[in-house]
Amino acid sequence: MNCELVAAESAARMALDRRSFLMCALASSAALGAGEFTASAAAIPLASGAEAQNNAQFTYEAKFYEKLANRKIKCKLCPRECIVGDKERGYCGVRENHGGVYYTLVHSRVCAAHIDPIEKKPLFHYLPGTTAFSIATAGCNVNCKFCQNWDISQSRPEEIPAQYISPHQAADIARQYNCPTIAYTYSEPVVFAEYLMDTADAAHEAGVRSIVVSNGYMQHDSLEQAYGKMDAVKIDLKAYTESYYAKVVTGQLKPVLDSLVTLRKMGKWTEIVYLVVPTLNDDDEGFRGLAAWIKTNLGTDVPLHFTQFHPEYLLKNLPITPVATLELAKAIADAEGLHYVYIGNVPGHPAQNTYCPQCRKMLVERVGFTASQMLIRKDSTCPYCRHNIPGIWHA
Amino acid sequence: MRDLRNRSRRNFLARCITGAVALGATGLRATGEAQAAAAKSRVVVARDPLLRGSGSTIDSRRLETLLDRAMQSLFSLPATHENSIAAWRRIAGAGDTVSLKVNTLGGRGIATSVELVEAVCERLQQAGVAARNIIVWDRDSEEMERAGFRIAVGGDRVQCYGTDRAGYEDDLSAWGSVGSRFSKILTRASNVLINLPVLKDHDGAGVTISLKNMYGTIHNPNKYHPNGCDPFVADLNMLPEIRSRMKLVICDATTAMYEGGPGFKPEHSWKLNGLLVAQDAVALDFTGWQMIERKRAEMGLKTLEAEQRAPRYIATAADSEHRLGHCDAARIAVFEV
Repeated sequence: MNCELVAAESAARMALDRRSFLMCALASSAALGAGEFTASAAAIPLASGAEAQNNAQFTYEAKFYEKLANRKIKCKLCPRECIVGDKERGYCGVRENHGGVYYTLVHSRVCAAHIDPIEKKPLFHYLPGTTAFSIATAGCNVNCKFCQNWDISQSRPEEIPAQYISPHQAADIARQYNCPTIAYTYSEPVVFAEYLMDTADAAHEAGVRSIVVSNGYMQHDSLEQAYGKMDAVKIDLKAYTESYYAKVVTGQLKPVLDSLVTLRKMGKWTEIVYLVVPTLNDDDEGFRGLAAWIKTNLGTDVPLHFTQFHPEYLLKNLPITPVATLELAKAIADAEGLHYVYIGNVPGHPAQNTYCPQCRKMLVERVGFTASQMLIRKDSTCPYCRHNIPGIWHA
Repeated sequence: MRDLRNRSRRNFLARCITGAVALGATGLRATGEAQAAAAKSRVVVARDPLLRGSGSTIDSRRLETLLDRAMQSLFSLPATHENSIAAWRRIAGAGDTVSLKVNTLGGRGIATSVELVEAVCERLQQAGVAARNIIVWDRDSEEMERAGFRIAVGGDRVQCYGTDRAGYEDDLSAWGSVGSRFSKILTRASNVLINLPVLKDHDGAGVTISLKNMYGTIHNPNKYHPNGCDPFVADLNMLPEIRSRMKLVICDATTAMYEGGPGFKPEHSWKLNGLLVAQDAVALDFTGWQMIERKRAEMGLKTLEAEQRAPRYIATAADSEHRLGHCDAARIAVFEV
């Protein structure tokens, strides 16, 4: 993929000013065609080193925890339920117990900031052709062996350069650069839930929407409260087996499935990404089971993206996912009756486009991370057969 | 160099393999792994009831004497002034850069004592190591200052600072369940590592002594606390960055904790006035664990096993996959001096 070409097209289509264009270009060049990828150096200038950070300004009492005896706490943010002693941190590395009070160390502590096409998240049924001001802090509540952003997700906040961006500043930047959306992404937004919630509130006041790219590994209450403020959600469903979650993700499958059902009940627009890793989660039965579960529990209209794995982090020994495997996965999910099954990280593949499930005509054409054609009507119907196409298509 | 003639073929091979793994280590000096291959590992428990006199402050001179006694015993050397230095020459000498990994997480109450570090630095210099080639370090400079260390960077003096000033390697090192970036202090500023942990209880891991002190050398220790840190502690210690450098463990047990760790809980600490010294970190941790269990029993507490937090990682470090040392009492020779 030619990243600069994508950025140039994007700039021309959306009539961005020069500075915005440069930001998009930088963001896209960092992406290198690898889906949700970022470097810690961002288009927005960050502090030159971790030592430049003032820890106090990022430290807020956490929302989701309970106090225990002997100055310990139990974190209630994710299913891990870390019991954390005084002066210790939870598994995520960004929450610390000080004398029996639990604090987040990453409120407004942004270590990556880019303006990205929404297609890069990927969200294909949400405001196609628009951009999102995309931000992240350090930390993650799992440790996927294939993580593309491990340098920020698996680091403690003081180890990587970051910049103070308050919730209101984030909203202002999004407006300034004509981004209708703020995306919480790159690392794992679960671990900066408080910042995400405050920023979503500030953004909504400013007329800016919020979306989150997450692993969905959360407790029910934190999910409802934090992601209840989102306008759309993308969940990385890493596999359809508990053993994969245990060995490759260091997490659990069931809470993620529960989160998807909860999001469905909450009425949140949700899309699912399944990264297909050769030899580890690429068996036919897994694809079939996944598709059947989605059909039964979430319905046939939930977009499902099968994306291509690239060797990274602790799985450098595996090859890139063959396109044929992705096509097989799509064929199985299609056969199970899912209406919107996409193939991702394969530039130019026709399964990146959106087709009407009734008349089969192409409705949204995508080239790389750019929506080059969008035909869906204002009332979210197909212009050819008037079939309803679920999603959030127009601002 | 030790005489290999009386060694079995298997021990000889084990030593060769160890040497192959060591890649860049100082080679012929004794290591914990060499001891592990031998019949028994030596662990010295040195104590001085009068270490603090009648007050609470450690007497530096007595601590230095205690350290000498421990080192001479470790290498079975007669107690002479010359041998107090000769013992250190087994560890490092001119041309070596030596890093002293202290433990300052618990603050001044339960940290490696400055007096001990000063005594080690003194002996290393007498053994020929240049002051500027000695680095006292932990993960964070502020934590070190809170524990009483004075940050010193540059010049011809002993260096003292945290990884926050040096940073971590960009590349990952991986073994088993562990994938981490090492402190550049370890990888770039030292070819000899002396591990200076404290002796304390840990609410998750059971105990934290020398093997777990290596969590302070990597960027992501928070990822390795599930399941009582097992097998993460053992896997981390398998990495060549540690394995090839660690020549000696001196556990500061002047103050120890039998409950409530890793943060300092004065009500659960005791003045042990001792040092544990070994080249086999596994054997030392096993010995320290037993000392904590004895204190727990004395205080009427349950065993760590009964509390379902026995430090299983110690046995893992000794298993056939890791072979980092001995955790079988029959293969550990404890010398109380």
